[in-house]
Amino acid sequence: MRVQLFGTCMVDSFFPEVGDAARRLLEHCGVEVAYPRGQTCCGQPAFNAGYRAEARGAAEHFLATFTGSDPIVTPSGSCAAMVKHHYPELFRDDPQLRELAESVAARVFEISQFLVRVLRAHENPFRGCGELTYHSSCHLTRILGVTEEPLQLISALKGAHFIPMPDATRCCGFGGMFMAKLPEISLALADEKAQAVIATGADTVTGCDSACLMVIADALQRRGSSVRVVHLVQLLAEGI
Amino acid sequence: MSELQTSLNFRKNAERAVADPSLRAAMRSATDTFGARRAAAFAALPDLELLRDRASEIRMQVLDNLPALLEEFGRNAKRAGATVHRASDAAAAREMILALLKERGVRMAAKGKSMVSEEIGLNAHLEAAGIEVVETDLGEYIIQLEGETPSHIIVPAIHKNRQQVGTLFAERLGVPYSDDPQVLTKIARRVMREKFLAADAGISGANFAIAQTGTLALFTNEGNGRMVTSVPPLHIAILSLEKILPRLADLPTFIRLLPRSATGQAITSYLSLITGTRKEGEATGARELHIVILDNGRSEILAGECREMLKCIRCGACMNVCPVYRTVGGHAYGWTYPGPMGMVLTTLLTGMEMSYPLVDASTLCGACVEVCPVRIPLVPLILKLRERRVGLGLSDFKERLGMWLFRAAAKNPELFFWGERVSRLFWPLIRRVGGKDVAGRLPNPSAMAFHRRMP
Repeated sequence: MRVQLFGTCMVDSFFPEVGDAARRLLEHCGVEVAYPRGQTCCGQPAFNAGYRAEARGAAEHFLATFTGSDPIVTPSGSCAAMVKHHYPELFRDDPQLRELAESVAARVFEISQFLVRVLRAHENPFRGCGELTYHSSCHLTRILGVTEEPLQLISALKGAHFIPMPDATRCCGFGGMFMAKLPEISLALADEKAQAVIATGADTVTGCDSACLMVIADALQRRGSSVRVVHLVQLLAEGI
Repeated sequence: MSELQTSLNFRKNAERAVADPSLRAAMRSATDTFGARRAAAFAALPDLELLRDRASEIRMQVLDNLPALLEEFGRNAKRAGATVHRASDAAAAREMILALLKERGVRMAAKGKSMVSEEIGLNAHLEAAGIEVVETDLGEYIIQLEGETPSHIIVPAIHKNRQQVGTLFAERLGVPYSDDPQVLTKIARRVMREKFLAADAGISGANFAIAQTGTLALFTNEGNGRMVTSVPPLHIAILSLEKILPRLADLPTFIRLLPRSATGQAITSYLSLITGTRKEGEATGARELHIVILDNGRSEILAGECREMLKCIRCGACMNVCPVYRTVGGHAYGWTYPGPMGMVLTTLLTGMEMSYPLVDASTLCGACVEVCPVRIPLVPLILKLRERRVGLGLSDFKERLGMWLFRAAAKNPELFFWGERVSRLFWPLIRRVGGKDVAGRLPNPSAMAFHRRMP
């Protein structure tokens, strides 16, 4: 099987290690990983801020870049949700692009979803350690409906002890442009999330969206906490 | 529209709220409680999810047939002895109600909870004309004593803790200080009993108006709604035009759904169905009933692409789960309706020019959509309003420029990667300009971008 890896712009600039881990993990599962050259951003920052034309520009580029029929896999719930749910809507008045958007949308998977539903990766053990808690990102949970898959993968991490976080689905305060437009609220929400992480007593917090993990890491650091913040694919790749 | 409208200052209002620890604690504890109660109520009855579909359908039928249903309601209410008035805007509604009270020499009016009366700024208008207005819902009474406006549509004094209420009562009512809610409630009840008996008029809102029978439905928990609508000789009810339900048989869906969504209760303590005036031989009920139906911009919303907002039944579930509302409270939104439903409705009712910063007041987390009993697509509506704001040129110039650059770069990988390299190079500067609370929250860009690591 072959997949196209959609790294996302956050991973490209700030978290290449998440991309590395995603690739290693997929290859470990026997999947050939192609990386469509020239991929940029899915357009979510523009779409969420109300810049439809700008979002369309990015989306058109995405559709032109991810050609073929292989599944498209990405280590981000919100970028997957953008392509899967907002692209068809974005091209509602253009029958040709709409059809293309719908076929691309049907090929997109968030990585934990792909690992569990398609590759059944959770049926094989990974090495894990320590006390682990999990933040359930908003778009992953509420738009994609991916709630169980990350937990199934976490329970495949043998040796790690999972401690659920109260209100795990409450927003971390990132919200894309929200963090820049209303930083006071964003920081307050991230701090509340950091407190929830600390209260679990876990030494590691994981999740499936680099941007959420980024603001959680910052909030933990502001509290002087040493809890490790790490993407789920990194934990799994470490445990191969 | 009420005179006070500070939605344009949303960020400043929010900043102040975030820095207020007692507000934050009160909001956290109250929204957690209501959120958890709602969740428990829904978990106990799985068919409530089907009921949400049904409720959404009924509300859509209402929007599709509103003019005819309003006419039907008017006809049937009139037949039952009520007088129905239509007010095109807030000023018309205020004048109409003031005139009704003045003509009858009313000196004091007892009021049940009504967000529409807040929307039109009724109390201030009546008080300026020398009529005493007494709020009889406990939460409303508290904020009236304090000179505030509601910060939640169901729990108006949600932002206050019991110590603050104790101090307020001691100061304003001359009673010994207590922060025991039972003691405080008893004090309020004693004050209010006298007001109910002395009032020349009762003013209430309504949760629903049934077209088929001309009936007003009021959901209350304190019994004050029933007192206000049945003890004084004159009852004036004010409601916005979308509160219509087609048939009496539609009501049970909402009897089951509204209290569970609002407070997690299986049913409210009091459900009043008022059809017209007191009949021959009846012991209670107003002798004169006037129903004021307010438009105030709603017909325009109905004709537009955001019409689904008018499905709202004002349960407040969306604000109880909203991370932004929970953090800043209701006053920060700057007008009558806060939270997710409030940011959408305020923008639609008061106009984008008066309220555009509100469209930013969401992380788009979707918690509101998950709980809305009538399935209003709040996140898509927020996105539509953001688009509308951009279209009206009300977004920041730097943002527009940034988005223009973003589009150019997203379409052109060379430019995109060049941008990445440049920002890596100038990162210390970007960090400084962007400030520690925005750019400072991002890590340093990686020395080697991911696309360069891939074959």
